Amino acid sequence: MTPPLRSRQFWLPHPLFSLFLTLLWLLMVNDLSVAHALLGLALGVAIPLVTHAFWPEEAKIRRPLPLLRYLGVLLVDILRSNLVVALRILRPARQLRPGFFTYPLALEDDFAITLLASTISLTPGTVSLHYDNEANTLLIHALHLEDEAEAIATIRTRYEQPLEEIFR
Amino acid sequence: MTHLDMPATLQLVVAAFLLIGALVALIGSWGLAKLPDFYTRLHGPTKASTLGVGCTLIGSLLFFSHQQDGVSVQEALVTIFLFATAPVSAHMLGKAALRRRLKGVPGTRNMPDR
Repeated sequence: MTPPLRSRQFWLPHPLFSLFLTLLWLLMVNDLSVAHALLGLALGVAIPLVTHAFWPEEAKIRRPLPLLRYLGVLLVDILRSNLVVALRILRPARQLRPGFFTYPLALEDDFAITLLASTISLTPGTVSLHYDNEANTLLIHALHLEDEAEAIATIRTRYEQPLEEIFR
Repeated sequence: MTHLDMPATLQLVVAAFLLIGALVALIGSWGLAKLPDFYTRLHGPTKASTLGVGCTLIGSLLFFSHQQDGVSVQEALVTIFLFATAPVSAHMLGKAALRRRLKGVPGTRNMPDR
């Protein structure tokens, strides 16, 4: 399993992630000096190297542009979901119709499914609770479930299809 | 009161963000206290509090970007980490509740019977 000691695979298993960690470090210390850039780079190399064994197979982001659009949609939906949930909280609890529903996943990739599950938890009135590995379904709890089929269709077109496009 | 070297409009904007953030966080906590069962309570911390903290952070970002040289970016990082971790903790909590077969409020549709 372990790649040879002298290969790039061994020292830099996730080049993009290393870059991301370096940038993250620079942002965290809020200081753009050479010393911190070097320290960031060292961390960027060391952390993937040490944690490599715990990594699932790497997901490939095929198209960055849809990813940006997805993040935009997500940001707007987080705002909307906050308003929706705030209103539901302020209204009398009697009007709530909470419910569970099972969402059949079309995605296969672990990382993409994680993203989808997180998205579902951040967006209007739904929290993902359980991922069934065998049936490839997500169990979702909705704060106010009116139409199950509609909720599934919304998730499918709004989040899952863009994710499929990104990771295909 | 200490003197702030800051334009009045910016002060107003910062104050508005802080107030909205505090209000949203308050509603979220209120929901945590009043919603009828565990599963509905999960919705408070994943949503309302993310926006509450988000608004507070935008206020902080504006304030410190003005007070210090350059843009303060640490707040943006806090937001990213929050958005990445809040759904995961909600997922784990919900999973634990399912395992323990916690009852949902009467009238919950499709309550799993596992």
